[in-house]
Amino acid sequence: MIATALIVFREVLEAALIVGIVSAATRGIPGRARWIAAGLGAGLLGSMAVAGGAGLISQLAEGMGQEIFNASILLLAVLMLAWHNIWMTSHGRELAANARRIGADVRTGSRELSVVLIVIGVAVLREGSETVLFLYGVAASGDTARASMMAGGALGVAAGVLVGVLLFRGLLRIPLKWFFSVTSALVLLLAAGMAAQAARFLIQADVLPSLANPVWDTSSVVSNSSMLGKALTGLVGYDAQPAGMQIAAFVVVLGAIALGMVLVRRRESAPPHTASAPSTS
Amino acid sequence: MKRIAILAATSLPLALFAAGEPELSLVLENHRFTPDRLEIPAGKKVKVTVENKDATPEEFESNLLKIEKVIPGKSKGIVFIGPLKAGEYPFVGEYNEKTAKGVVVAK
Repeated sequence: MIATALIVFREVLEAALIVGIVSAATRGIPGRARWIAAGLGAGLLGSMAVAGGAGLISQLAEGMGQEIFNASILLLAVLMLAWHNIWMTSHGRELAANARRIGADVRTGSRELSVVLIVIGVAVLREGSETVLFLYGVAASGDTARASMMAGGALGVAAGVLVGVLLFRGLLRIPLKWFFSVTSALVLLLAAGMAAQAARFLIQADVLPSLANPVWDTSSVVSNSSMLGKALTGLVGYDAQPAGMQIAAFVVVLGAIALGMVLVRRRESAPPHTASAPSTS
Repeated sequence: MKRIAILAATSLPLALFAAGEPELSLVLENHRFTPDRLEIPAGKKVKVTVENKDATPEEFESNLLKIEKVIPGKSKGIVFIGPLKAGEYPFVGEYNEKTAKGVVVAK
């Protein structure tokens, strides 16, 4: 039972960390709870569909369907997180100031919230489908300890969710002055880490070269199968034995999003354009 | 059966150099890999077909080999291994880590 709980916990953990961070990062946007719930629901339903179609998906793309699928949904999440962070750069402060004024500007928020729905949906989808497959295997096996293993699975899910909730609560305790800086830094690392994971799947599918593998080996310090290793993978795409291409993907995405944020911030703080103020001419 | 597997595993490197594209296969049955030791030539990319004969899905996982692939019950999955430096590269079936484990040896 404990073994099952641990396996499920490891799978759920990554998704829980993402949901925790994204939920905190969208603080102050009216109606976000509904969108987060919708993302969770869509992700769970999607997990079951993907688990059910696992055989079909793996046959696609000459047997590499699963890798391409995983890489695609990770890259989709990267795009959404990038957009989120750049959007937040211009709206974060305003939202923090209006955090208690519900219904401030629902229209500004709704486009952003569909991004939240997608990020949470794909995070849950990816980790969830593996959990569903694993639990299906447990349920289908003739094992006498089946009931206790399923209980272990439920325990693992609960523990994973708890970590996500604790992270969320912990982030909310950060004073508003630093709150958006901390959450955007976390989202930035999250996106870069996902890009590194996507690169890993594309290497696996033989689409990308590995560019030296491994570049370093820190498995004796933090192994990827340990809890800490799994948590770090979820947070920053940690790999104890990364390939060069994974590092390149991390650096490029980190740099691109950071640049986008800097440019938006610079534009915001610059004096108004003459075009937007025609009366000056 | 086991003897055949050992024979196959030991004679494989020879067969690999003869064939244009190296291809190997692994069978998963009763949550165990056969062979559980796969020898491949160093510096070459090898295509390995993993056949899951169990009714339940399994996740073929190896951090060092950069593989994480679900293989549904009663089906086959393809993984690419290498090119690797000479050495040992362990892999596991993540859903049954206690029994489903093996090692790729690059020579």
